[in-house]
Amino acid sequence: MSHKVYEKTVLCCGGTGCIAGGSESIYFSFLNEIKRRSLDKKFRISITGCHGLCEMGPIVVVQPEGILYCHTLIEDVPEIIDKTLIKSDLVEHLVYKNPKTLEIIPKYKDIPFYKYQKRILLRNCGVINPENIKEYIKREGYSALRKAILDMSPLQIINEIKKSGLRGRGGAGFPTGLKWEFTKKANGEPKYIVGNADEGDPGAFMDRSLIEGDPHSLLEGMLIAGYSIGAKEGYIYCRAEYPLAIKRLKIAIKQAKEAGLIGKNILGSNFSFDIKIKQGAGAFVCGEETALLASIEGRRGEPRPRPPFPANSGLWGKPTNINNVKSYSYIPQIILNGADWFSSIGTERSKGTMVFALTGKVVSTGLVEVPIGMSIRELVFDIGGGVPLGKNFKAVQIGGPLGGCLPAEKLDLPIDYEPIIEAGAIMGSGGMIVVDNETCMVEFAKYFLQFASDESCGQCVPCRLGGERMLEILTRITDGEGKLEDLKKLEKLSRVMNQGSLCALGQLTPNPVLSTLRYFKDEYIAHIVDKRCPAGECEALITYHIDEKKCTGCTRCLRKCPQNAISGEKKKPHKIDKRLCIKCGVCKDVCKFDAVYIM
Amino acid sequence: MDSIIKIIDEMNKSNEGLVPILQRVQDKLGYLPIDILEAISEKMNLPYNQVFGVTTFYSQFRLEPQGENLIQLCNGTACHVKGSKKIIKTIEEKLGIKKGETTENMKFTFQVVYCIGSCGLSPTAMINKKVIPKLTSSKILKILEELS
Repeated sequence: MSHKVYEKTVLCCGGTGCIAGGSESIYFSFLNEIKRRSLDKKFRISITGCHGLCEMGPIVVVQPEGILYCHTLIEDVPEIIDKTLIKSDLVEHLVYKNPKTLEIIPKYKDIPFYKYQKRILLRNCGVINPENIKEYIKREGYSALRKAILDMSPLQIINEIKKSGLRGRGGAGFPTGLKWEFTKKANGEPKYIVGNADEGDPGAFMDRSLIEGDPHSLLEGMLIAGYSIGAKEGYIYCRAEYPLAIKRLKIAIKQAKEAGLIGKNILGSNFSFDIKIKQGAGAFVCGEETALLASIEGRRGEPRPRPPFPANSGLWGKPTNINNVKSYSYIPQIILNGADWFSSIGTERSKGTMVFALTGKVVSTGLVEVPIGMSIRELVFDIGGGVPLGKNFKAVQIGGPLGGCLPAEKLDLPIDYEPIIEAGAIMGSGGMIVVDNETCMVEFAKYFLQFASDESCGQCVPCRLGGERMLEILTRITDGEGKLEDLKKLEKLSRVMNQGSLCALGQLTPNPVLSTLRYFKDEYIAHIVDKRCPAGECEALITYHIDEKKCTGCTRCLRKCPQNAISGEKKKPHKIDKRLCIKCGVCKDVCKFDAVYIM
Repeated sequence: MDSIIKIIDEMNKSNEGLVPILQRVQDKLGYLPIDILEAISEKMNLPYNQVFGVTTFYSQFRLEPQGENLIQLCNGTACHVKGSKKIIKTIEEKLGIKKGETTENMKFTFQVVYCIGSCGLSPTAMINKKVIPKLTSSKILKILEELS
């Protein structure tokens, strides 16, 4: 196969975040502009999956130099062509600047956000066009499938996965090879392969970005699983909230079918396999495996007790192997590079890397992949750049709504399944949210409780009622009406829910409360005893004020207040009428002089 | 109505299952009227309570028609810590409705959703399916004024 050699390639990020910032029109503008100037033989323009550094989007990367441009606008396109493509110069105002040192860092690989990462799973994200199977194949795509089908027996593959030490990346961390073995040995035909892409944790977008950026690695992993386990059919269960991921999966499946990689007698072997997409319909509990299977069958997504595990009785009562998207996507790499290579990364008990969605009050938000065992501090400060605006780090919330909040003194904890659980959180599927001093930990716990009780399927009593009762108590505390004995009640309810609930949703719902009680009890006490919210967040306990010394009387807040609660003459300090104020914060948002404060 | 019945028949014949059928019908009509649910139950030979039960279980399905503009404000964790709560309040005050409701003139439906996966740009909203990054109370007020 001969392919054209281009002098330079422009990669426009086509992840959900950058598309929201207008990256598609930037891509088309590049295409039109180089065509108009007859440069399209020299330069190639491509759209890729997520580059990860969402905060700086829309992102444009110029190869082979690897120059990264941030916050690119459509107006910048001619300048990038003139300077960078034609003259190999930098467009300085678009280059990444270290927010702390203000040092200019033109190259992708030198930016701290990328420098400390180890990208195995995300190796193709931001590099290939996810809608073109040829680009995946060029980067060793489907050669693991070839190796598996033509050179390895199913048992050899399962042994290799077991040896690699890969643990399920959906959150529970169960050894993937062992799961495959159970399903292979189970009695019953046909067997099914299911990919769990029901990424319901708020604050998490790892699976979405991976599918959007590199959908074929998931398909290849599922195909290898199908071959090893002896299944002929696979389903990907994807959230309906991810339209772009679904679109790219559909394209990928179609292209793989045309290439003879999905369908009958794959690569001329006896192995046949088909993959279908099932769209979720909005229910967090469907991330739980038995609920997910019920949903695929067209029923209410309600979990059921295990055993029997899906390996023995899954989809339509048949043996079913269900793994997270990330777990499958590691498989081709493990087959190609060997179990020893994979197990050389990570810690004693947990091998490989982990992908996190790093968000909240952190300088560089986005998607990062690091070896398991890295400390939380390295992740938040070295890669994420720490807390912005000179504010103080308060806590990091790990593991989604069923996870926990870890305080500053746990920053040196290695990111690994067991140490995180011991500290009161869970690894989860990779959400990591940083909060600063402006977040009230009681309110934060209440937020997660609200989420979990909204999403309770209502089947079992501890989860259905326990969540509601805990939420009532927390609401009482944030309203300034809590009592000290409420803290005991919270602990007791937590125990009951943990021991008595049917599935992980109910069992882990108390986690955010327990972890904040463990590390931030003083904040609970301040709400209950002093009737004060130290973070200045709980509305019942705060009031908005204008600092007379700082207010210049510009009338900006007065004009923007939706309640007309602000009065004052031009050029004279304004006042907020507390009876009219709804504490929406518009005045604080629009004030240019930092004159609005909360007490 | 006839075209909807045709869709149900076709999808039922190819064994697409209840959830995909509900999704397709809602795509066409914007919501799921009760008489359509009854028709689905009859065509699929499923008890009506099962069809209704599945419909109300999943948050994606609506039994009421939707306003001209759909405001889906994200209250995922990242958006929450960056102030989505205040924006919810601003929208409710401005439109005079609570989350989950539609304005009387059918101009706006306001929903609060958990995570649209654009956490890097929080706080965000999807307004008529388009992601709006880095919202503030004043920014949303401007958008609502432009739409009304």
